Amino acid sequence: MSADVPLLSLRAAFARQFLRHFKALMSSPADMANPLLFFFMVVTLFPLGLGPDPERLSTMAPGILWVVALLSSLMVSSKLFASDYEDGSLEQLAIAPYPLSVLVLGEVTAHWLATGFLLAVVSPLFGVMLGLPQHGLGVLCYSLLLGTVCLTLIGAMGSALTVSIRRGGLLMSLLIIPLNVPVLIFGTTAVSEAIIGGNPSTWLALLGGLAMGSLALVPLAISAALRVSLDN
Amino acid sequence: MSLLAAHDVEIERGDRRLLTGVSLTVEVGDIWQLVGANGVGKTSLLRALAGLARLGVTGDIEHDQQRLYLGHAPSLKKTLSPLDNLRCHPACDIVVADDVIFSALASVSLAGYEDRPVGSLSAGQQRRVALARLLLSPAPLWLLDEPFTALDASGCDWLDAQIRSHVSGGGAVVYTSHQPSRFGSLQQDIDLTCHVC
Repeated sequence: MSADVPLLSLRAAFARQFLRHFKALMSSPADMANPLLFFFMVVTLFPLGLGPDPERLSTMAPGILWVVALLSSLMVSSKLFASDYEDGSLEQLAIAPYPLSVLVLGEVTAHWLATGFLLAVVSPLFGVMLGLPQHGLGVLCYSLLLGTVCLTLIGAMGSALTVSIRRGGLLMSLLIIPLNVPVLIFGTTAVSEAIIGGNPSTWLALLGGLAMGSLALVPLAISAALRVSLDN
Repeated sequence: MSLLAAHDVEIERGDRRLLTGVSLTVEVGDIWQLVGANGVGKTSLLRALAGLARLGVTGDIEHDQQRLYLGHAPSLKKTLSPLDNLRCHPACDIVVADDVIFSALASVSLAGYEDRPVGSLSAGQQRRVALARLLLSPAPLWLLDEPFTALDASGCDWLDAQIRSHVSGGGAVVYTSHQPSRFGSLQQDIDLTCHVC
């Protein structure tokens, strides 16, 4: 082919990868609704198990909401690269003349928009269901917005490490739950602080720092893990 | 001009040594067919040549040219249409206009299927979508793993013609197949059975 064909810039390659994954996610809305449905079911069950005392529920709500968010993120991110691995797209990604970490970040971004972002936006509704005071709802949404960035990236790393292993789900949970613990602690504390009328900005800043740090570093780990997974 | 040079490549899988002492130089205009029985290591070698497998591969493999690798898996998203799949293909590094994709799909006799999900197409048709990438990529070196599987007679003839025109236009092809030589004197065989340990 002639040399006057325009080459795709790195940014365009990122956008293309994002679009490909986003379209694939959009074409199976049931998969996208799954984590939300899971969240909804667990949140409905807690008042039944703990009793309907609003006082008690509202003090426990930050912890409950955050743990469920963590579990639902774990649930969806375990399958993040599975279909790419099976249909050979990962091989093509690895062979593409662009840094794998950038392409992978495009894919993870699409995944985050369809899962973490959606969850964070809907979370105030779930907060109300557990009797979370009104001044905690905004902080819950904000903390989940930052926190799910970390959770999705860490989950993607776990998925990349275990994608070539059959039944790697349990191993993946073991690998990434410890990494998710700081996110959980900062997130829960931010919301609890807001409920008792304190200033949650310290905790939100820490969460933001974690999100930015993982945004910068985790894609490199994901690409290295994917290359190892493809190597056998 | 050499597009790929492999010297004294040795491949191990787990604790088993698969192949040893494989050397080949792919020049412009070459067609190489990797032959050998099932499990001899054709796919492993092709993946190593593509730069996908590094673990357990020793020896020098130099590839500074763009390459197009087509593996067993078609690298297509089942829920997306052929058009979307080719438009957003991860390994493509040029801007491909939509009408080019349409004509590529028409060339593989899939005109009219552009907007159906790939998952609803037959295995042979999916293979054809994957092969349509050959028309969209500027890569001079094609590495094709069993490209003739699942294709009907006319599909095989189409691929045959594509490979011939690619090598005459300054490209080169390395492929694996169990079919007897299709390109006669144009192609060179490398029988991996001689390199098994």
